[in-house]
Amino acid sequence: MNGRGSVPERTTLEARNLVKDFRLRSGVSVRTLHAVKDVSFTLEPGRTIALVGESGSGKSTVARMMAKLETPTSGEILLDERPSATRGAALARYRRDVQMVFQDPFSSLNPFHPIRHHLERPLRIHNPGLSTRQIRERADELLERVRLSPAATFADRRPHELSGGQRQRVAIARALAPGSRFIIADEPVSMLDVSIRLGVLNLLAELQRQEQLGVLYITHDLATARHFSDEILVMYRGEIVERGPSEQVILDPRHEYTTSLLEAAADPERLGRLRDEVRSGG
Amino acid sequence: MNAIHSAPSSLGVASTIGEPVLTARNVSIEYEVDPPVKAVRGASITLHRGEILGLAGESGCGKTTLAYGLNRLLKAPALMTGGEVVFHDASGRDIDVVALDGEALRTFRWNKVSMVFQGSMNSLNPVMNVRKQLHDVFMTHRPSMKRAERESRSAELLTLVGVDPSRLSSFPHELSGGMRQRVMIAMALALDPQVMIMDEPTTALDVVVQRGIIREIMRLRERLGFAVIFITHDLPLLIEISDRIAIMLDGEIIEQGASEQIYRSPEHPYTRRLLSSFPSLRGERGDFIRTGAASGGAA
Repeated sequence: MNGRGSVPERTTLEARNLVKDFRLRSGVSVRTLHAVKDVSFTLEPGRTIALVGESGSGKSTVARMMAKLETPTSGEILLDERPSATRGAALARYRRDVQMVFQDPFSSLNPFHPIRHHLERPLRIHNPGLSTRQIRERADELLERVRLSPAATFADRRPHELSGGQRQRVAIARALAPGSRFIIADEPVSMLDVSIRLGVLNLLAELQRQEQLGVLYITHDLATARHFSDEILVMYRGEIVERGPSEQVILDPRHEYTTSLLEAAADPERLGRLRDEVRSGG
Repeated sequence: MNAIHSAPSSLGVASTIGEPVLTARNVSIEYEVDPPVKAVRGASITLHRGEILGLAGESGCGKTTLAYGLNRLLKAPALMTGGEVVFHDASGRDIDVVALDGEALRTFRWNKVSMVFQGSMNSLNPVMNVRKQLHDVFMTHRPSMKRAERESRSAELLTLVGVDPSRLSSFPHELSGGMRQRVMIAMALALDPQVMIMDEPTTALDVVVQRGIIREIMRLRERLGFAVIFITHDLPLLIEISDRIAIMLDGEIIEQGASEQIYRSPEHPYTRRLLSSFPSLRGERGDFIRTGAASGGAA
């Protein structure tokens, strides 16, 4: 989008053997929780990897490590095959490339500031050379791109004046503002109404195609994981227990945890079956 | 009043479906704010004995308000402006729910119709243990019950919902989300009600845990024969478990029918749209998927 002059030949975001331990203290005893155990994957431009699992499986911890909100206990995150920064100006550059969309659009936007502020601030931070007018134009352009148009009517509103779906679009626009190449989306639609979920996911997919974004889509919803990603990683208790092309993982699961996850997902095709099972003493 | 330990009202559930247990006709509910909000507009539903009726719709469509209306739980500024709600008791007596007042209303609630509230995982009192909260139900509604009876009934209820009775001494924060939800269901079952209204009972839970709870509800229904109004926006789940489904939009029930019929041949365009909002897990890939095409009518 803007000033990506020196893009290396192979642009990837790679997680290599990520491990995260948390120390839990209760009274005097301390025990270690292994939240993430040896997770590796590579995000490529234009491709989506879905990370699925129950809550507590460690998938959000992976997201937070990728967004540098959490420091891995061991393992590396490589951007364009080079170790990524952990602080300072180099970290700011990393954040320019890797942005996150959070789950809850009701708490991820500052209620005090108008929508414009949420977009202009990242634009200004990552493009110090731009004039105020250019920044304003960029912000409007971003709003139009996430289909909040006309931008002028949305830019000056505050978050509480927008619906959940509109707020999540603002959050997506905000993530794109620095000119990111990789988006970490942590349950981006689970707080939204069902009838607008697909709209937001489709928007994300469209932007992904236009910008050749690499997306890490974190979800517990297997159906959208199947349709919106190229590869699925199934996470259970901090470990990746199964990975593969999304169609294959859903239609031909190998690991028993994947099977139980699929079994638990609601499927209208099975209507009445649970009742019959229960009736026959299941 | 039913005896507490009375045998489940119906043995063969399947045979009793057909006879209505709760009828609501033309219920309208308004929030008297400025300007007034007509949250429910002329909704009519019939719940039959032992059936699961799914009530589906998006947030803000009035489904929770309607449920509160059926149970007379509306608080100002909400006001039922019209319609009637009749409860057909197992004894053969019809109760006009709208006209209930004072002591009669107190005996009606929870005895006949109980409710599992939205986000009820968090509606347990954090500073009381499970025992105290379950005993509370009996002390309020069955004042003649002795302490030992209360204790044994509470333990029995926990066993019924698949929680170890030793958990009676636990505080809510010591239980997992799924267990808290099971305790809430035990509480709703305490007085052997004929109707249970469940408002998004599993939304905050993980899929695997959710499955366990749903199975438990279905199992208990077979055993105890209560009818369920199951409120959620998760249409695939409703289709899978309910006998009949009512779809709500902007305060009105726009379509009602057997779940199979709603799934296979939905009539109202909104029902079709709602169904198409859920990509199929195992079926064919739909065209809307990842086309990046204009997101249909999103707010």
